[in-house]
Amino acid sequence: MRHIISILVNNQPRVLARVASLFGRRNFNIESISVGESEEPGLSRIVIVTHGDARTMEQVSKHLHKLIDVIKVQDLSIQQSVARELLLVKVGATSSNRAEIQGIIEPFRASVVDVGTNSLMIQATGDREKLDALIELLRPYGIKELARTGITALPRSMQIQTKAHLHA
Amino acid sequence: MTTDQKHASTDRELTGSEILLRCLIEENVEFIFGYPGGAVLPIYDSLYYGSIKHILYRHEQGAIHAADGYARATGKPGVVIATSGPGATNLVTGIATAQMDSIPLVCITGNVPQQLIGTDAFQEADITGITMPITKHNYLVQDVRDLPRVVKEAFHIASTGRPGPVLIDIPKDVSNAKAPFSYPETVSIRGYQPTTNPHPLQIEKLHQAIAESKRPLILAGGGVVTSGSDQELIAFAERAQIPVTTTLMGLGGFPGTHPLWLGMPGMHGTVAANRALLECDLLIGIGARFDDRVTMGRIDKFATGAKIVHIDIDPAEIGKNVDTYIPIVGDVKRVLEVALQDLPVCQSETWLEKLEQLKQQYPLTYKQSDNTLKPQWVIQHLYETTGGDAIVTTDVGQHQMWVAQYFRFSRPRSLISSGGLGTMGFGFPAAIGAQLAYPDRTVISVTGDGGFQMTAQELAVVALANIPVKVAIINNQCLGMVRQWQEVFYQRRYSEVDLSGSPDFVKLAEAYGVKGMRARTQEEARQVWREALDHPGPVVIDFQVDPEENVYPMVAPGAGLDEMMLGDE
Repeated sequence: MRHIISILVNNQPRVLARVASLFGRRNFNIESISVGESEEPGLSRIVIVTHGDARTMEQVSKHLHKLIDVIKVQDLSIQQSVARELLLVKVGATSSNRAEIQGIIEPFRASVVDVGTNSLMIQATGDREKLDALIELLRPYGIKELARTGITALPRSMQIQTKAHLHA
Repeated sequence: MTTDQKHASTDRELTGSEILLRCLIEENVEFIFGYPGGAVLPIYDSLYYGSIKHILYRHEQGAIHAADGYARATGKPGVVIATSGPGATNLVTGIATAQMDSIPLVCITGNVPQQLIGTDAFQEADITGITMPITKHNYLVQDVRDLPRVVKEAFHIASTGRPGPVLIDIPKDVSNAKAPFSYPETVSIRGYQPTTNPHPLQIEKLHQAIAESKRPLILAGGGVVTSGSDQELIAFAERAQIPVTTTLMGLGGFPGTHPLWLGMPGMHGTVAANRALLECDLLIGIGARFDDRVTMGRIDKFATGAKIVHIDIDPAEIGKNVDTYIPIVGDVKRVLEVALQDLPVCQSETWLEKLEQLKQQYPLTYKQSDNTLKPQWVIQHLYETTGGDAIVTTDVGQHQMWVAQYFRFSRPRSLISSGGLGTMGFGFPAAIGAQLAYPDRTVISVTGDGGFQMTAQELAVVALANIPVKVAIINNQCLGMVRQWQEVFYQRRYSEVDLSGSPDFVKLAEAYGVKGMRARTQEEARQVWREALDHPGPVVIDFQVDPEENVYPMVAPGAGLDEMMLGDE
């Protein structure tokens, strides 16, 4: 199962290396990783998307806790959370199909952030599936360059228990 | 120590290296094990005037194993200093050895000045990066004003919770920079708060499981030794009437002469211990990590009918290798103290009788011989003549297993062995560290002709300081354990295990000014060993033993504990 792990760490040199090294050393996988400042000065938040069964996730969490620079570990997949990723994609565009591309990206609430003679740069945010769908729709126009940030996430304030959630 | 040092702080500015040494004095460090070099010149200059005894080894690996031996013998952190680059990388094996066995070490390395870090400067190595996966924590000190806090934290982290090695890398400009000195009285690390007290509900569950059990078993590991809870363990086992098997790291944590003791379990364990693991209905793991040398990695065949209780201070150990019915996170000593209150008694009479029969029926044996010297006999002889009071260190391999089998360790911290990493070359320098800690005890380094040659250069240290370590080389002229595996699993294709070309160990010892002796028969062995024990200084004995001897019982890799090979007798 896919898990989003949020790790609050001391903002120290090498702390990302410590966390990444732990995942490598213990044979845990990393689908994506994103790091940035958190609400508290001196602390950073690392969000890692990983895959594993319940036993593996328990080990991931326990081993992360053993790192001295790790303050808090949360599995955001076992609670309701908002998970978002930023996508920048440069697609081939001519004067004739620009409007068509605009029409495609509009339902995704994506926007054009740069225009070249033969291309457009599109910015989109959302969960992974949404961005995957957008990329597939843009592929026929020719994807020249693409960059994704990886997921960052926070738990929702209201945790509403649903049946599906209990089985997650 | 003067009162000035007790509440250590100065208005006068000190250099980083002076501050470092003041910190070590504050931590009551007795010995520094080390080797100088360019990047630690300021530290060695401060040491020149200092009050802490420094022991100069001949290789950084020797220094760190000695610091480790000191730590294992005393329970106090061992301190080692090495220079940047090759000095630091020579520590790596020793750091990994300590990490695997949860041994408290504070490793101090010099580094090139900060403005040269990252430029591939002379003798530069990224030692904090290199040791990240094999230390409990490590530091690169970037500001001299951080040094006292870092040293305080390093000793705290190394010696509390589940102990382990901590490395402090100090660039040369930090050693030279000046700052006022003030040693912090307390430590507060937000991300490091080990749980020591067990959850009362879990203790209730443990009591209930004990009351219901007919075939209970305690698997005691190194955590019993580390936490100093041997007395609590004896009380626990005796009062609840539960037999005990101790892992390699747990030997001495429960007396080897106790009627409830079954011996060591696992790959070279006793029949009684392994049968008990197979047939128990309740298995209480105490400070043991269910390592693959105990379970054989075959969890499907391990204690399948048992409820498993796991007591450990490291939550990450619980559920790592086996599924646990009752997890108990806490300091082993504290957990046992709490569990001893209102401890129920097991209805285990039939079970104990059965295990006693197995002990009688399948004792550890080997074929006696009049013509050759049997390694097992030598080990037994060392045990019988020292009455279980000696501190014994080992390398890794056959002699290590024979020590584990034939010594009956009666108290903790008397076996010093690289259990987790299985480091050759560990035993002899570790014995030096243990002997420094206990100058009046007999310290025996039981080693092999292979392992001894990995750190034999430290003979210079024992010769120079007259450190009376007794080195017993179990010399079978080959890499015995590898040879054994090639014999059993590779149809006797003996690939690169012949150690022909080894030096004459007697002459080697003498070349360093150490007494050397040789024994080829039991009679010679008795005689030279007596002489060795009577000799006030260090001794090297070359016990030339039967090269064909194998360690039994043995469980093949990939097999379960139910498939023990008992050997030819």
